[in-house]
Amino acid sequence: MIEVRNLAVAFDGTKILRNMTLSLPKGKLTGIVGPNGAGKSTLLTAMGRLTPIHSGEILFDGFPIGDIATASLAKRLSIFRQSTPITPRLSVRDLISFGRYPHTQGRPTGADLLIIEQAIARLDLSEFADRYLDTLSGGQRQRALLGMVLAQTGDVVLLDEPLNNLDITHARTVMRVAREEIEMGRTVAIVLHDLSIAANHCDHVIALKDGQLHSSGKPEYVLTNEGLSDLYNTKVDVAEIEGRRVILTV
Amino acid sequence: MGGHVMDNLSLPSRLAVLATLAVFALLAFMTLESRGNWGFVLPFRGIKALALITFATSVALSTMVFQTLTANRILTPSIMGFDALYILIQTSLVFTIGGVGYASIDPVMKFTVESVFMTAAALALFGMVLRGVHDIGRMVLTGLILGVLFRSITSLINRLIDPSEFSVIQQANFASFNAVNVELTWITFVLTAACFVWLMSIHKRLDIMALGRDAAKGLGVDYERETKKLLAVIALLVSSSTALIGPVYFYGLLIAALSHKLIGTWRHQYLLPASCIIGAGLLIASQTLFERVLSLQTSVAVVIEAIGGITFLLLLFTRKTR
Repeated sequence: MIEVRNLAVAFDGTKILRNMTLSLPKGKLTGIVGPNGAGKSTLLTAMGRLTPIHSGEILFDGFPIGDIATASLAKRLSIFRQSTPITPRLSVRDLISFGRYPHTQGRPTGADLLIIEQAIARLDLSEFADRYLDTLSGGQRQRALLGMVLAQTGDVVLLDEPLNNLDITHARTVMRVAREEIEMGRTVAIVLHDLSIAANHCDHVIALKDGQLHSSGKPEYVLTNEGLSDLYNTKVDVAEIEGRRVILTV
Repeated sequence: MGGHVMDNLSLPSRLAVLATLAVFALLAFMTLESRGNWGFVLPFRGIKALALITFATSVALSTMVFQTLTANRILTPSIMGFDALYILIQTSLVFTIGGVGYASIDPVMKFTVESVFMTAAALALFGMVLRGVHDIGRMVLTGLILGVLFRSITSLINRLIDPSEFSVIQQANFASFNAVNVELTWITFVLTAACFVWLMSIHKRLDIMALGRDAAKGLGVDYERETKKLLAVIALLVSSSTALIGPVYFYGLLIAALSHKLIGTWRHQYLLPASCIIGAGLLIASQTLFERVLSLQTSVAVVIEAIGGITFLLLLFTRKTR
């Protein structure tokens, strides 16, 4: 679905990503992990066409992503960015309804309203739906923004650190929602810092280091003692508790 | 405050209340202290009211859209130096062609030239920054610095100019709500009305652009192209209002602050008409109060600017910049 070939991204002459070739497996939940500054968010935003690329190419269903019209791409690809400056005086429902804009240009039908209500319910936002965003906590606002991305119903959903600011209950909610997206036939890529979540929830893991692809594959092959210790330059242990893998740093 | 009363009303009801108050202000402006023939009074006051409404609408729309693009509640095109540019143009004209020559230029021609020049200068200023990174912050800083430069050059010309012609500059460079040109009023009215209709037709897109570049692009809006179009409209609106009435620095800020306070939401469907109604209603009410009730001719601009300036400081001190 999304293929990255020999990608390089540079800011002010400094290469953030170098010679990167990888793909997001269709219909799978892919976790993108790596230390700070590895280029995880840059890779995600380049795939979402928010960051210009220096060289190489990104293909969406075989077509260069830069050749696809912005409005058409928005119907098929949605991206969550944590740094989005949320306009304060909007209700949660207003914000989530923006997710339907690529499909409706501001004139939602009954089916669109249903999708908006489903997004509200799926992220446990029903009790806040009519509250203004500036009356909510950071985590609640973040879920509202995620709701907007879900309401966009893209075939590919890119999520940049969606678990930051969330308590463990809502982090679980977001991962459950990500899995539901996969069950609906979508492809999801998610930047994660919590390696245990990556190990237990993702179908595929891409590990980045110093702007380059370090390793990729099934979580059990990528998230190993040796692989993670090399990735983070620190000793990392992978334990198993009741069939679940837990990543520990010592 | 009014905000608490309005809190219990739906958004359309709030608009209706504001519109009703504005209509009362207009009726008072048209009828209070009128002596003599209605056939003369109504058209005379009518064209003045139209000028005030056009001016306020231009200021309101340009400010609201500018604040949407910059995601900042204390920035306005005036604060960015547009009005300083206007004053520089006026002062340069008097300096180069003299006071008599300046007074003899056809007002419509002067407006057309000024509008084209202002729009071109604004697009050059914004475009210069837009060509590089999409950095509104740098654009704002550039605007502020250019504003200082324009004022410095104006100040220099003022020192070089013939003292007898200085009064011509003084007259041209301060907002005047009393003497309006009929032709100019109609031209700017049509321009402003066209801008209002277009902006209302894209109110959803404006809501989305208020989320910032990345979110807007993610939702399928061609952010760079739309930003350029909106900047051109802002330049045109600022040109219209400054050519029609003159420069005002803080009125747009006052309108924007009141609109946010009374409407609450950032949805442009309500915010844009509310800002126009509040701007026009407040200006007409102030003009009625000063001109008809207090019999003062020239104080409106000064008082409105003072209140706007205080609003600016309050917004700064209360940190309600977003």
